[in-house]
Amino acid sequence: MIAALGLLVGILLGLVFQPDVPLSLEPYLPIAVVAALDAVFGGLRAYLDGIFDDKVFVVSFLSNVFIAASIVYLGDQLGVGGQLTTGVIVVLGIRIFSNVAAIRRHLFHA
Amino acid sequence: MATAFRQPSRRQFVVAVLLAILGFGVVTQMRSYEVNDTYAGYGQQALIDVLNGLAGTTQRAETELARLEETRSRLQSDTSAEQAATEQARTEIDTLEILAGVVPVSGPGIRITITEVTGQVDIDSLLDTVQEMRTAFAEAMQMNGQVRIVASTSFEDGVGGIYVDGTLLEPPYVIDVIGDPATLNGGMVFPEGPSEQLKNDGAAVVVEELQSLDIEAVTSPKRTEFAEPGGTP
Repeated sequence: MIAALGLLVGILLGLVFQPDVPLSLEPYLPIAVVAALDAVFGGLRAYLDGIFDDKVFVVSFLSNVFIAASIVYLGDQLGVGGQLTTGVIVVLGIRIFSNVAAIRRHLFHA
Repeated sequence: MATAFRQPSRRQFVVAVLLAILGFGVVTQMRSYEVNDTYAGYGQQALIDVLNGLAGTTQRAETELARLEETRSRLQSDTSAEQAATEQARTEIDTLEILAGVVPVSGPGIRITITEVTGQVDIDSLLDTVQEMRTAFAEAMQMNGQVRIVASTSFEDGVGGIYVDGTLLEPPYVIDVIGDPATLNGGMVFPEGPSEQLKNDGAAVVVEELQSLDIEAVTSPKRTEFAEPGGTP
């Protein structure tokens, strides 16, 4: 419940402040957001499995964001930033789908 | 759940903070994506592709533009040629209308007044007068302000006058002629010319040279029964 409240507070903060994304961070923010989504769904699945651990969640959240951003950064340096971004999005998307499938099985038993 | 609100555990707090960061990031990203230009997120290669596509489009547009400009100039020259043709046709119509006598005309010319004094004017003398006027480049004629004299005008003897195109005209006869006044006058007064002929018939002839003369009488064009336009002009 507090977690949902936190999400709401974050959205409200974003709407209120309307921050400009620094140019140097611009390519990484969307990837970071998708990576964070992956971590959140993973955490939700673990919670439903009854094996949720806050330390694991925090580490996976931060490392997901960091690694995704790093991969894109590396890709930019190598001149394949666009392709690597696509690759990262695809991988994270697959993970999100499988996590959501597990959550769905828990919630609906189907 | 109620206990969770009253005494938030550490793990709930951490999850809340991370989710807040996530929400913040999502909203920020959405907003920046909306604000940003379409090409901001493009990589180098994608931008080059877009540029190439634009170059191709530009080239096609320029070709199209050249083609359309050519069409435009062709149409313009067509239009001006058509206008010239229309202008010429209109001038021709004006001339033909004057010759056919279907429009009123005005211009310099002479007025011949024939008054019968001692005898009746012979129709041949009148015809000779009209014929001489035609020879002297008369452009339009009318008699007694009633009948326009054109190529097909007929003259016939009548009681107390003459029939011109079926209209009975009585003396004095007044013939208005448009043309060069001096030439027309010359056509009247030369020896044994119309003037003399009319005087021999016993009429008084007065010729006035006028700088401006109005011929109001018109004739309506008759549909020809036998003659048809044919051949190439």
